[in-house]
Amino acid sequence: MAKFGGKGDKKSVPGLTTASMSDIVFMLLFFFMVTTSMRETENKVMVNLPEATEVAKLERKDLTSYINIGSPIASLQRMYGTDARIQLNDSFKTVDEIRDFIAAERDAMSEVDRQYMTVSIRADADVRMGIITDVKQELRRCSALKIMYAARKPAE
Amino acid sequence: MSKKTPELNSASSADIAFLLLSYFLMTTTMNQDSGLQRRLPPIPDEKQEVQDQKVNRRNIIIVRINSADRLFAGNEPMDVSFLKDKVKEFLVNPNNDPDLPERSPKVIEGFGTYNVSKGIISLQNDRGTSYKAYIEVQNELVKAVNELRDEFAKAHFGKAYLSLSTDQQRIVREAIPQNISEAEPKDVSNN
Repeated sequence: MAKFGGKGDKKSVPGLTTASMSDIVFMLLFFFMVTTSMRETENKVMVNLPEATEVAKLERKDLTSYINIGSPIASLQRMYGTDARIQLNDSFKTVDEIRDFIAAERDAMSEVDRQYMTVSIRADADVRMGIITDVKQELRRCSALKIMYAARKPAE
Repeated sequence: MSKKTPELNSASSADIAFLLLSYFLMTTTMNQDSGLQRRLPPIPDEKQEVQDQKVNRRNIIIVRINSADRLFAGNEPMDVSFLKDKVKEFLVNPNNDPDLPERSPKVIEGFGTYNVSKGIISLQNDRGTSYKAYIEVQNELVKAVNELRDEFAKAHFGKAYLSLSTDQQRIVREAIPQNISEAEPKDVSNN
């Protein structure tokens, strides 16, 4: 340190100001709070969505009910097998129980919003159409006619 | 006022913020919901007589997917990659082919009259069809309609469909309707 006239030995390194660090972290926090949404249900079926290029974004998430269809996750396969199953909210259901589910979802919405209710069918790509046709028929019977086949955009 | 206010130690506030941050990272999801939107036909009333079932043969194209995920469009086997052009040709009917759908003039508010195609795409599937193949075909059908809409929008408004105003989009939608009918379930396994 002779270059600096030996002064550097006595001078201590200035401490890093941590006062602004919290601001930075808070900024990150707000970013994540704004861009993400709360996870509402735990997935009990494995859903690997099919790919589609012409997908449209869902406008109103709060008016959407989800029907998950796929084979149970690995930890539940011992109990339920690997056959495709329907998950509504947090549990496995049969096709007949969709009616109650739709009715409950409808009741939870305000009168004005009911007509905009969308049912998003989140089905695994390997599921056979039989179960989906059953679901669709049941939805028609409950007159929940606005549906969406959930799909993801292929990575370019 | 000789006494100074003691400064608050802010070293740990970053830790607290990090804690909050990690909490939100764990409990929230980022995935955008996207998909193909459809409107299901209402269940026909049992008492109501079956009357409007009769659609002219030329106005309908039947797209079928059998249990082995093979595609048939208008009774001929076809690869998915050709379906879009087939459907586009069906909907446009450029040479006024008597086998392809007729076009009838329709008054569109704010635009005038336009010869709207009466074509209907009827999509049939088997119970054994995989969902992946079904979505793939649905996607091609939507793509065909979207491309036609884009062409129409470019020809009449000079812009792509998505960058038009809401009212213009309505006009385009009325001029080129998306008539995809998901037929009543029926077994098509016998081929």
